[in-house]
Amino acid sequence: MLIETLIAVTFVAALAVFITPEAYAPQVAFALSLLPLVGSLYMWTGFDASGNALLEGSTVAFETQTQWIGFEPYAINWHVGLDGVSFPLLVLTTVLVPLAIMSAWTPITERVSQFYGLILFMEASLIGVFTALDFFVWFVFWEAVLIPMYLLIGVWGGPRRKYAAIKFFVYTNVASLVMFIGFIALVFGLGDSVTSFGMPEITQALHDGELGGFAGLTSDALALAAFIAIFFGFAVKVPIFPVHTWLPDAHVEAPTPVSVLLAGVLLKMGTYALLRFNFTMLYDVAATLAIPIAALGVFSVIYGAMLALAQQDLKRIVAYSSISSMGYVILGLVAFTVYGIGGATFQMVAHGLISGLMFMAVGVIYNATHTRMVGDISGIADRMPITVGILIAAAFGYMGLPLMAGFAGEFMIFLGAFQSTVLPSAPIFTAIAMFGIVIVAGYLLFAMQRTLFGQFRLETDYEVTRAPLHDVAPLFVLIGLIILLGVDPDIFFTMIQDAVDPIVELGGDA
Amino acid sequence: MLSQLPQPLVTQPSTWIALAPVVILATTAFLLFIADSIDPKGSNNGPLAAFSLVGILGTLGVTVWYFFAGVGQPEGLSLLADQVVVDGMSLFFTFVVTSVAALVVVGSYDYLHDQPHQGEFYSLIVLATTGMALMANANSLITAFIAIELASLSSFALVAFLKHNRGSVEAGLKYFLIGALSSAILVYGISLVYATTGSLQLDAVAAGVAETDNVGLLGVGVLMIVGGVAYKTASVPFHFWAPEAYEGAPAPVSAFLSSASKAAGFVIAFRVFVEAFPLDVVVALGIDWVLIFQVLAVVTMIVGNFAAAMQENVKRMLAYSSVGHAGYVLIGLAALGGGQDSLVMGAAMMHLLVYGFMNTGAFLFVALAEYRGIGRTFEDYNGMWRQAPIASVAMTVFLFSLAGLPIGGGFLSKYVLFTAAVGAGVWWLAAVGALTSALSLFYYSRLVKAIWIEDPIREFDVARQPVGLYVAIIAAGLMTVALLPAFPVVDLAQTAAASLLA
Repeated sequence: MLIETLIAVTFVAALAVFITPEAYAPQVAFALSLLPLVGSLYMWTGFDASGNALLEGSTVAFETQTQWIGFEPYAINWHVGLDGVSFPLLVLTTVLVPLAIMSAWTPITERVSQFYGLILFMEASLIGVFTALDFFVWFVFWEAVLIPMYLLIGVWGGPRRKYAAIKFFVYTNVASLVMFIGFIALVFGLGDSVTSFGMPEITQALHDGELGGFAGLTSDALALAAFIAIFFGFAVKVPIFPVHTWLPDAHVEAPTPVSVLLAGVLLKMGTYALLRFNFTMLYDVAATLAIPIAALGVFSVIYGAMLALAQQDLKRIVAYSSISSMGYVILGLVAFTVYGIGGATFQMVAHGLISGLMFMAVGVIYNATHTRMVGDISGIADRMPITVGILIAAAFGYMGLPLMAGFAGEFMIFLGAFQSTVLPSAPIFTAIAMFGIVIVAGYLLFAMQRTLFGQFRLETDYEVTRAPLHDVAPLFVLIGLIILLGVDPDIFFTMIQDAVDPIVELGGDA
Repeated sequence: MLSQLPQPLVTQPSTWIALAPVVILATTAFLLFIADSIDPKGSNNGPLAAFSLVGILGTLGVTVWYFFAGVGQPEGLSLLADQVVVDGMSLFFTFVVTSVAALVVVGSYDYLHDQPHQGEFYSLIVLATTGMALMANANSLITAFIAIELASLSSFALVAFLKHNRGSVEAGLKYFLIGALSSAILVYGISLVYATTGSLQLDAVAAGVAETDNVGLLGVGVLMIVGGVAYKTASVPFHFWAPEAYEGAPAPVSAFLSSASKAAGFVIAFRVFVEAFPLDVVVALGIDWVLIFQVLAVVTMIVGNFAAAMQENVKRMLAYSSVGHAGYVLIGLAALGGGQDSLVMGAAMMHLLVYGFMNTGAFLFVALAEYRGIGRTFEDYNGMWRQAPIASVAMTVFLFSLAGLPIGGGFLSKYVLFTAAVGAGVWWLAAVGALTSALSLFYYSRLVKAIWIEDPIREFDVARQPVGLYVAIIAAGLMTVALLPAFPVVDLAQTAAASLLA
């Protein structure tokens, strides 16, 4: 019942914050957001899972499975549980939300209670996404994430917030619909061999070759069509080129704390779902399509990095670099090696922390200078040394400096992708992707050099000074966590490996 | 059959009591008339509202009790010489209409505060509810017709209730004229069916259909009954009255008509077509009413949703979207005969139940806006959250649930409906439904955007808090959300549908 409690507590906290008077809302929201954090850390102490939640012979932690709707022919059950893939993401979510809330204290001055209420509502839904093991329960939470995000961007965003919010909403909803239809077609194709929407049951039936034809398609064609529909649905969320265009708009218009959660957690929903659905359930199809998928991933790496190189807005730079980083994750997933998939999962957490930190640091600078344009600011290192120091550290983390979380993730991905036997000519793909690091270093160093150092020349009628403690505190926490994970990746990697091994064994390619 | 011996009106006292829900409602309505005639100038509507609510909730309670006590299940109880029947389906729909009526009565309390003739308002609401509950029980064409007329005549008066408001009177007139025409069509259809089968009771009609020689005449009769039903459920092509009537009527009345009246119309359709015109018999004669409903469903879904997307007026948008929802429910009839009959009909019934709460809630939110003197267009709703944050949350739930996002029961009821249609082999109905649902997200989210994202175009004057409206909206919101985890009640709907189809 721990997972249910966690979701319920977060949801009730959201309602409580929503009706809290504006004056106390920030503090109340922060205090209440610590509850899920404490809950997830408590769950860590009792975390006992082995294997992958979707595959046979696994132990799933904190599992609950009760009948919900006994609807013929496919029952919908309340089925939640955690394994080594989902648990790190759950922890990431509960860690990032309090930090994002704290980072909102300065920039969010209007409709404060609503803002924090929506953030907590989103957290409750995100916990649901990462714990649900029944497709329907999962889909309910998946869609529930969109509504607060739509409002968070639309109400508290920048000048083009309405455009960005609607674009986000339309893109992700169309994607969800396509994915939904693809998945349902798959379940119909399974016919009598499944009796529920339980993801483990469906995975098992698919691996047993129970898939039949449906609506005039042969089973192979159905699997391929469903794979493409599902892949498209999640590719938008990740996002992968060419369906990435909602992301820069959403990021640039979203207020800092929302960007933190968008890059930190929401994009991981896409890669997490890809791993669960495309790469675990439809293993064979993914292996067949390895080259195009890897090509999309590698192209996203290079293309995102090139776009970032061309940006003048610090936030846009970080936003485009997310596309690039998510490309690595795709490459790792399609490699089908322990280090590939495990590294990709690890990179989801690492990128969540690092991009969250980058957005927060840029936000702190924006709070002080009221601009994010690379051309406008320079020399702020003198005025706000701590923030700038952390931003530089984060940038190095992004570039893959050893002993930081990003290095561990990327290194494992490259190692795994290089060794891949599923992906033909894997070394070539890996080599091209690795070249992305050079561009990342290029644009980050270039931007840092121009904005942070040199002569201070911003002419304002206000004083640009050090940021208040509550702005900087989350940065310290995050940089600490990034270094901690970089020094000791096994904190998560052992449990990730537990869950990833069975996927790799599917192809007899350990 | 004309040769049948006359039966005693009340076969057994114990079964007579099975009709208690309708009786309680009728008694409440008449007591309200009496109360009003004692004190016709009374301006305090609290006691009137409270008494109506007690009567409706009493009916609701008895209905739920009967449902779970197994009254009329699995075999329906026939009363009054088979003129009415009490079974799972009738109780299910009585539950839907009385739930909506309860919400509307609570929501009307503030709305009526400064209006004259409050006694009439409540008694008409309860009388219309009586008619709708009776529609759920009707077991012969003539009972169905009388029940429809009882509900309709009360509704005409309710639509025109704001006597000094031109819009309201005009809407009432339009509603009345089209209603009269549709009644004429319906009763003419009934007379043709009577002429060919020699009977009005549904099972006797079914027996007569099998033996009739006048297939052409019977076909015309069936077609005219389809027309009457389409009018009552606001389905294309008899939907033109709906936007006009809903726009002009007081918003609580719009809520009532678009939710309860529609549900009652569908129960007539379900019962009459399944019982009186059994598919295997009539299709052999060449009267394929499923095909008619398939065409109607597709056209209704498309017309309703596209027209809704083009509205600038919120009430009209909701009115057209309610036409679109009638199209979804029509799938319940249009997918019959595909081997999944109880599944599709149960799904349609469940959608009506969920719809009863979410749509009533949405119209009550419009009532709140009207009460506050906010205008009618989307722009007028800009920044509405400032006045009513909690009600705005509930409205967001209604709208997204209507669109089929999994935040309320609307998601699951649509899902069950569409998959049942796919299972019945009419996947193209489900495809049209899914596409139009996706389209509906566009216009529903537009209102969400106005309420939460846009800045208000003018200052609002918040003088008095409409407690009743808030209570009704929040209750509807809680029910909409609660129906998501409580969705297993779909089993009850399917059991009820199965016993009808058996």
